[in-house]
Amino acid sequence: MCKVNIYITLKEAVLDPQGKVISQSLKDLEYDGVRDVRTGKYLQVELADRENAEQKIEDMCNRLLANPVIEDYTYTIEEVV
Amino acid sequence: MKFAVIVFPGSNCDEDMYHAVSEVLQEEAEMVWFEEADLDEYDGVLLPGGFSYGDYLRSGAVASVSKVIAQVREFIAAGKPVLGVCNGFQVLLEMGELPGAMLRNRDLKFICREESLTVEQTDTMFTSSYEEKETISLPVAHGEGNYYCDAAVLEKLKENRQIAFTYKNNPNGSTGNIAGITNEAGNVLGMMPHPERAVEELLGNDDGLRIFESILTHWRDVHAVNN
Repeated sequence: MCKVNIYITLKEAVLDPQGKVISQSLKDLEYDGVRDVRTGKYLQVELADRENAEQKIEDMCNRLLANPVIEDYTYTIEEVV
Repeated sequence: MKFAVIVFPGSNCDEDMYHAVSEVLQEEAEMVWFEEADLDEYDGVLLPGGFSYGDYLRSGAVASVSKVIAQVREFIAAGKPVLGVCNGFQVLLEMGELPGAMLRNRDLKFICREESLTVEQTDTMFTSSYEEKETISLPVAHGEGNYYCDAAVLEKLKENRQIAFTYKNNPNGSTGNIAGITNEAGNVLGMMPHPERAVEELLGNDDGLRIFESILTHWRDVHAVNN
């Protein structure tokens, strides 16, 4: 079995209104050093086996988990014994 | 003409769509549960608004890979009319049948009010009953109606004359003030405003009715030629 951690983020060129509001809120709390906040999604997917995990995960991301028009994704795979 | 209104778990404008077509346009319509649909017997497909699958993951994403979708793609490939309103538009974007994607509204608010629109395109099977550049008013009701596409796609939409409706006062941050677009072939229209909620003067607005009338007119023309 393996556990896959998937991070989905908005592409650089895409405006993130939620991130903007959070950023402003942090500034209101006087965290003056905050330059920008970007929001995203974190998904954990458990796969029965490690074989071809990269290919399977990328396929899942491209077909459903991420929208390639507006989002990028990265992932890490942890083998669970 | 016979319409199918596809009902997903979480659709909530399906009854309005059904009412618009069956009671006001007075054509045949059926509400079709997404798992039981057989689209062969229909002439038009309507994807209604709402919150299919609770908007989980992204609006329209889960519905866009559900059971009925292969049939909807065949329907589109056959050149038959498909209208997606609000969540229906989001489903068509997630399917990749229309270019671009939806983001949260610029000001993060759910917007529920009437908006003025410009009819940009009248030589489509959905808008032929309007005047070019006519101003109409339709209700919008969405939290994720901020249409996004990159500059290259926007250019292509303009070049191919695929922009059907624009907002006069962009309420949600949509690229190019876009409120509705068609596919390249012209038989798919996706739009955020709700024409099915504006089909009767009794309820204060019938500006949306002409979309359904346009579809019917086109269908009758094609049908007459085929006979």
